[in-house]
Amino acid sequence: MSGLQEFFHMGGYATYVWSSYAIALVVLVINVLAPIRQRRKLLGQLARRQRRERRKP
Amino acid sequence: MLRFFHQLGSPKHFYRIAGRWIPWLAALCVLLMLYGLYQGMVVAPTDYQQGDSYRIMFIHVPSAWMSLFVYMVMAGAGAVGLIWHMKLAEVIAISSAPIGASFTFLALITGAIWGKPMWGAWWVWDARLTAELILLFLYLGVMALYSAIEDKRTAARAVAILAIVGVVNIPIIHYSVEWWNTLHQGPTVTKFDAPSIDLRMLIPLLIMAVAFKLFYLLVVLMRARVEVLERERNAQWVNELVNKS
Repeated sequence: MSGLQEFFHMGGYATYVWSSYAIALVVLVINVLAPIRQRRKLLGQLARRQRRERRKP
Repeated sequence: MLRFFHQLGSPKHFYRIAGRWIPWLAALCVLLMLYGLYQGMVVAPTDYQQGDSYRIMFIHVPSAWMSLFVYMVMAGAGAVGLIWHMKLAEVIAISSAPIGASFTFLALITGAIWGKPMWGAWWVWDARLTAELILLFLYLGVMALYSAIEDKRTAARAVAILAIVGVVNIPIIHYSVEWWNTLHQGPTVTKFDAPSIDLRMLIPLLIMAVAFKLFYLLVVLMRARVEVLERERNAQWVNELVNKS
């Protein structure tokens, strides 16, 4: 087996090792994206509110 | 220096300073993680007992450490918020909960995936695993309680009390492998004189641990910023900020 193949094979534990790392990656990425999305949503909300209030008087 | 901390206590300045730190933290965290993974997946040798399956350790152990660390930060910040009515401490406490829950979830799931080939079972009801599962429920309880109470300051106080009561679980998790007979292996790193682990495995493990700490710091700042914005939505500085964007 070539070096790279061997690396991905993980001595026969490929499914276990790589699924662990995949799950970890997904969880970490979600953690970073969640506050970015929330912040955008909130700023959008506040901007709409500001426009409404400016029109009122 | 004192002025710096004083400024950090004001929501407006916290928002600005945290915003400046976030890109640097993110870059440092990614670099450190990549370096740690390279050391752990490529450089570190295969374990003579567990083969390559032990490489799950490089995420399992830092996640488990962080699940406890984040809990202590959450309970500590909650206590500070309770005692000194520091708003920022409340914000840090509540922002920590989902991150801690994520680390706990990762520790449990990667533990299960590691347990299958090594112990022959995804899950056993032993002391450490059960206590860690309770930790996950504590985090989820904190999040649920916070969102269930309308007034954020009351909610923060309720959450702080729950978090502080839950601290009893932390030493139980930590010492569970010594107090009870368990399948889970004992500590190999924190034995002071001589860690029973190859240095080429220990170094990437510690690098990953630092990277995970940075990750927590990064995400807790990101979350805290949103929480501050939400709480200060009627303040002048938020209005100006929205105006500019």
